[in-house]
Amino acid sequence: MNAIELRGVSRWYGNVVAVNDITMTVGPGITGLLGPNGAGKTTLLNLMAGFLAPSRGELTVGGQPSWRNPRIFTMLGLVPERDSVYAFLTGADFVRSTARLHRLPDPAAATRRSIEMVDMASAQDRRIATYSKGMRQRIKVAAALVHDPQLLLLDEPFNGMDPRQRLEMMDLLETMADQGRTILFSSHILEEVERMSGTIQVIVGGRLAASGDFRAIRRLMTSRPHVFLVRTSADRALGAALIGRQAVTGVEVTPRGLQVRTSDFGEFSRELAGLCRDGGIRLREVLPSDESLESVFSYLVTT
Amino acid sequence: MAALLNPVVLRITLRATLGRKRALVFTLVPIVLLLITVTLKLVAVSPVWPAEFLGTFGLSVVLPLTALVIGTSVLGAEIDDGSVIHLLATPVSRTSVVASKFAAAVALTIMFGAIPEFLAAAIARGFDGKLALGLLAGALIASVAYNAVFVMLSVLTTRAIAVGLLYLLVWEGLLGNLIGGVRLLSIGQYSLSIANSIAKTSALNSHLTSGTAIVMAVVVTIATLLVAASRLSAFSLKGEAV
Repeated sequence: MNAIELRGVSRWYGNVVAVNDITMTVGPGITGLLGPNGAGKTTLLNLMAGFLAPSRGELTVGGQPSWRNPRIFTMLGLVPERDSVYAFLTGADFVRSTARLHRLPDPAAATRRSIEMVDMASAQDRRIATYSKGMRQRIKVAAALVHDPQLLLLDEPFNGMDPRQRLEMMDLLETMADQGRTILFSSHILEEVERMSGTIQVIVGGRLAASGDFRAIRRLMTSRPHVFLVRTSADRALGAALIGRQAVTGVEVTPRGLQVRTSDFGEFSRELAGLCRDGGIRLREVLPSDESLESVFSYLVTT
Repeated sequence: MAALLNPVVLRITLRATLGRKRALVFTLVPIVLLLITVTLKLVAVSPVWPAEFLGTFGLSVVLPLTALVIGTSVLGAEIDDGSVIHLLATPVSRTSVVASKFAAAVALTIMFGAIPEFLAAAIARGFDGKLALGLLAGALIASVAYNAVFVMLSVLTTRAIAVGLLYLLVWEGLLGNLIGGVRLLSIGQYSLSIANSIAKTSALNSHLTSGTAIVMAVVVTIATLLVAASRLSAFSLKGEAV
């Protein structure tokens, strides 16, 4: 009974449709909810957590509707995106208060366990006002975990974290997923979640655009064609050398520089520097020209 | 009622409300009230000045404004900055949240509104005087009923202070004095009537019997709190796109 189920869920505001006819089941393990900004990820999470009523469709968390039903929080934990917390409390106060709000039998022990899980024991007696963004994020996770929920929803949990904190957070989420919990997080940056295993649900423009295994999506990401604009001291000479390479699928000489298409981003970036050095060519600028999130997501959606 | 009060919510609310900048407003106002009272006592303009000043200014202006600042802050400030979600993402019932927030607001308003009003009257007329007790009773009723209204407003609108001020000026201030029927739905009238039933002075401008005033104050308090709890149950967050 720890699944989130959506059947034909839509949510609109006046004429604007924020979430459009989404049917999905989120079960145990990690699920990433991916999509560009404004795609409807937060709206979808708010619907799941009962902070928004579906305009149409059915939504249940652990078999119960979440709208107007705060009892779902006995099995659900929520880490909201905004980091407005009671900044005058210490981290430990905040987590302990949450434990008491849940009426846990031993709030002190639950607080200790939860703070250890997110590795915040050393900072737990400082006021939250003094925390960095990454620390606030972790103390929010600790509060959401304090009642040991079977389901955890996290809205953009990696926002503002440095790469090391991000890795630690991912490890934490994976550990919890391994314990049989249902973990759903949202993110608008695909690269952020490259390391993860599990399921992903891609939403674009309020619709469920793709869903599947992380590894499949990741393969699509790394093998998708990239276009770069390269400016050098000798465009044609470099162009001639590049076209002989496996990773390069096309070269065009334009007034602004060389437009290079590549099917293997990693290989291309390794070879480019070597080719320039060997040919005595000065590399002035390398610009990715189709790196917008929308283009990445629309590529994923069309394949 | 007691079962509805959540001690954690109460404690955090008291700390948060006293820690905000607007706490300066409701901690300084009673000092000003007491200073004016002392000054008036020294000048002694007319024999009925304590009832006139503490009734029309203290009970009808200072107390409602104190309740306004506190009542819109206990829950409204958390809704504004989004931190309320940490409270709502727990199984605590919304009725209990509203009841605890309301109780915190009433306690603070009694401390910074009703008790200073009583002290001011005691300075003017002595602690054993009927005026002090009457004003205290009136102020207690006002602390309860006004805060219920202001807590409700803070759930209904993000501009609770502006709407609350408008309500005080237009409904309580203007219409309450002009239209007889409004008096039955005026919290200011409830508190003046209660005060007058004890103090018995014509300087307190009251028009209701104490029985009517008490019954109506209870009805208004319960009705507005129920609306607040119901609206908080439907508390919605919007996504970033809309």
